[in-house]
Amino acid sequence: MTNDTSGDVRLSGISKTYGSFTAVHPLDLTVPQGSFFALLGASGCGKTTTLRMIAGLEEPSSGTVHLGEQDVTALPPYKRPVNTVFQSYALFPHLDIFENVAFGLRRRGIKSVKKQVEDMLDLVQLGEQARKKPHQLSGGQQQRVAVARALINHPKVLLLDEPLGALDLKLRRQMQLELKRIQTEVGITFVHVTHDQEEAMTMADTVAVMNAGRVEQLGSPTDLYENPRTTFVANFLGTSNFIEAEVDSKSGDDIVLKAGGGKLVLPEARCSAPTATGGKVLVGVRPEKISLTPADDAGDIPEGRNRITGKIADSSFIGVSTQYVVDSPVCSEFEVYAQNIDRDARLVPGAEVVLHWNPAHTFGLDAAQSLLAGTTGSAGIQEEAAV
Amino acid sequence: MTFVNWLKRNLVVIAGLLTLAYLLLPNVVVTVFSFNKPKGRFNYEWQEFSTAAWQDPCGVSDLCGSLSVSLQIAFWATLGATLLGTMIAFALVRYRFRARGAVNSLIFLPMAMPEVVMAASLLTLFLNMGAQLGFWTILIAHIMFCLSFVVTAVKARVMSMDPRLEQAAQDLYAGPFQTFVRVTLPIAAPGIAAGAMLAFALSFDDFIITNFNAGSTVTFPMFVWGSAQRGTPVQINVIGTAMFVVAVLFVLASMAISNRRNKQKA
Amino acid sequence: MATLTEAPPPLTPTAPEKKPPRKRGRLVPYWLLLPGILWLLVFFALPMIYQASTSVQTGSLEEGYKVTWHFATYWDALSEYYPQFLRSVLYAGSATILCLILGYPLAYLIAFRAGRWKNLIMILVIAPFFTSFLIRTLAWKTILADGGPVVGALNTLHVLDVTSWLGMTSGDRVLATPLAVVCGLTYNFLPFMVLPLYTSLERIDGRLHEAAGDLYAKPITTFRKVTFPLSMPGVVSGTLLTFIPAAGDYVNADLLGSTDTRMVGNVIQTQFLRILDYPTAAALSFILMAAILVMVTVYIRRSGTEDLV
Repeated sequence: MTNDTSGDVRLSGISKTYGSFTAVHPLDLTVPQGSFFALLGASGCGKTTTLRMIAGLEEPSSGTVHLGEQDVTALPPYKRPVNTVFQSYALFPHLDIFENVAFGLRRRGIKSVKKQVEDMLDLVQLGEQARKKPHQLSGGQQQRVAVARALINHPKVLLLDEPLGALDLKLRRQMQLELKRIQTEVGITFVHVTHDQEEAMTMADTVAVMNAGRVEQLGSPTDLYENPRTTFVANFLGTSNFIEAEVDSKSGDDIVLKAGGGKLVLPEARCSAPTATGGKVLVGVRPEKISLTPADDAGDIPEGRNRITGKIADSSFIGVSTQYVVDSPVCSEFEVYAQNIDRDARLVPGAEVVLHWNPAHTFGLDAAQSLLAGTTGSAGIQEEAAV
Repeated sequence: MTFVNWLKRNLVVIAGLLTLAYLLLPNVVVTVFSFNKPKGRFNYEWQEFSTAAWQDPCGVSDLCGSLSVSLQIAFWATLGATLLGTMIAFALVRYRFRARGAVNSLIFLPMAMPEVVMAASLLTLFLNMGAQLGFWTILIAHIMFCLSFVVTAVKARVMSMDPRLEQAAQDLYAGPFQTFVRVTLPIAAPGIAAGAMLAFALSFDDFIITNFNAGSTVTFPMFVWGSAQRGTPVQINVIGTAMFVVAVLFVLASMAISNRRNKQKA
Repeated sequence: MATLTEAPPPLTPTAPEKKPPRKRGRLVPYWLLLPGILWLLVFFALPMIYQASTSVQTGSLEEGYKVTWHFATYWDALSEYYPQFLRSVLYAGSATILCLILGYPLAYLIAFRAGRWKNLIMILVIAPFFTSFLIRTLAWKTILADGGPVVGALNTLHVLDVTSWLGMTSGDRVLATPLAVVCGLTYNFLPFMVLPLYTSLERIDGRLHEAAGDLYAKPITTFRKVTFPLSMPGVVSGTLLTFIPAAGDYVNADLLGSTDTRMVGNVIQTQFLRILDYPTAAALSFILMAAILVMVTVYIRRSGTEDLV
């Protein structure tokens, strides 16, 4: 990464309201030059509105947009050195592929576009299709045209609005890698809007998780996954199990919590909630961090691991792993994913088990929030944008 | 049994074709009687075959003059109504503004009004203003009643247009004017063309409103109306048949051209 | 912008304008609307006002007319011409129903069954517009001529007995009877029924028919429960586009009918253009307009389709 900051995107206090509906609450965000940045959230969370404010397609109700050192808040889209890959591509149906790609160059008064367009089409492997109309191409090809049409202008920032949403799963995977490759090659700042957490984690250096017009958490994919700071992030990125617990005492860098008669240990650094003794904390742990041991073998579990007892309610075999649902006194429907390395024949529905995990994999959240935030079907997902 | 089943399955097709026959029967009669050699003034009974009228379509005084008046009025009315109607359609689809409901009603009402009412009230206006009835009053009236139909046709097309296309153009450095000329207009063109064709047909064929507001100017439909009282020359059948054939050929040709263009590109 | 052949220069945007933020052409819609709306206001709305005022004037052509709020004109017009009003509603109503019955199969045929003939049939539906409708209406005089094949066939099939029992024809004539007028109205406004029907039928997803069939609906049930309800917008706008012009028409009644089939349009036309009794004509026209507006509003409300345009 360079020290050039001309491709930085800096949003300060930017917000958008439609009448009484606030699509984006005042937001500060800096996307450094050359990074691949993802805005992740469910539909209606304000991510697309944020992107459109960067593009100039939406006027912010307050705040400013800077590209590098320059304030572009008042500039119309056609004067911003920013290009967009639109959702469902928005290729001009009346122009052929060549003219679609050449559109931006021509509007900027560049006369001889032939070589550049041909080079660009070769880059996205569409040299043969130059004289076809967009509707004659497949979804994946259209997507590449949309990328080519934007990139040929050498924008400082490329904005991608759900660019892979219309593709099938396999093609989506392929295009994810392709886009990542192009980004590394051209070194342009990419701002990518998506509702697909896997897509965001695969492609982006930095992910901002948005919910109801606010950024819930910002960080690298690993950081967001391993150390979520809200139940929304914990649920939206993967699956999490939660135990309501009470702060009992502190020992060194760890907090000791009481939950359903047992004790759980949580590193203080991984707790985003206040930790006064007697206070409530939500203890979270990811399903794949947990090991299952039949209750008979409980003695074999090493010391120092968090443990909970329960009874297997359900199990489903999905190839690489087996997913168990465990009923326990502290949390019904505890999810556990076990790699299928040595399958224990005793782990069947109805079996009494001990769940145990390394305390370092535990995270602590403020108990004053919905356990279901960010899960499918919860309010945060259902909310539709007014756009 | 199989015949009954076939009949059952194709009942709707048969009924539809019968309706189509009902729609086209008068045109067949008009065409056949354009080759008639009537006795007396009226061309309602078949006498004998003759191509006399086809050889001399303008043989009746004032007939071709009225045709030319109608074509001129239809041309200018189409131009005016298409221009004004397209502007309104864009405003309605693309912008939010006050009095939208009122504007929508004002567009809808002329279509929900019997022609005779519009004709009579417009005549009242012209009489009150002391306007000279003639070419201009007809043109004014035609633009007025074609306008709503153009708005409806263009609106449908613009509404089905993805607004992201224009945003994409803006994003690719096209200013508002460039966006309109390079993207919006070409994509809306079929809707505008449909509206224009509708306006032309409505204006060319209008009789009721024209009859009230024409003064001494005679359009083609008015000529036909007059001849229905005085005597119908075979030539009006010739003109009617020719217009029908020209219209069908025009549409077929434009379809063939657009087909070929698509194939070349493919 | 400079003309470069290689990589385009980075855009150097001009300095941003000072606050307040740009108003992206808030006046644009008004400018777009202005000429067209003005046209409609002056040549559609204003005439209605003039006509309303004319209808309550008294006077004569020679001495000029004055507004005297003479509402009796309305009463006189109604009591003298109510048969013509009733006839208009009756004829236009019959023609509308006939158009629906005849037009639906044709629209259905174009939308679902025509295959590659679709465009040709569409052209054949629209093209007759270019032969003046007056010429085509005159052709019905030939088709329905006394002693012609059509009348002969109807006579043999005893259809004319039924219609004359209904009061639609008299003797073995069709021309100059109500039947001829209704037939002409139906013919003239049929395309206005077929086109909106086709538009709304075409929007129906063909898979819905398969789904209904899959769910044990017979073809007729599929039509009643799926196709027809979904085509309601087309039915509503088709019936309106047929009924309204048919109710105001006077050409068919004049060319194909007799003095016994005169409709309200004929009266307005005669009063306005021949007798020159402007107040009566204006009052009649105003009543017709009001009646139609009321009917249209009630109809649209009841059928639940508010967006026709």
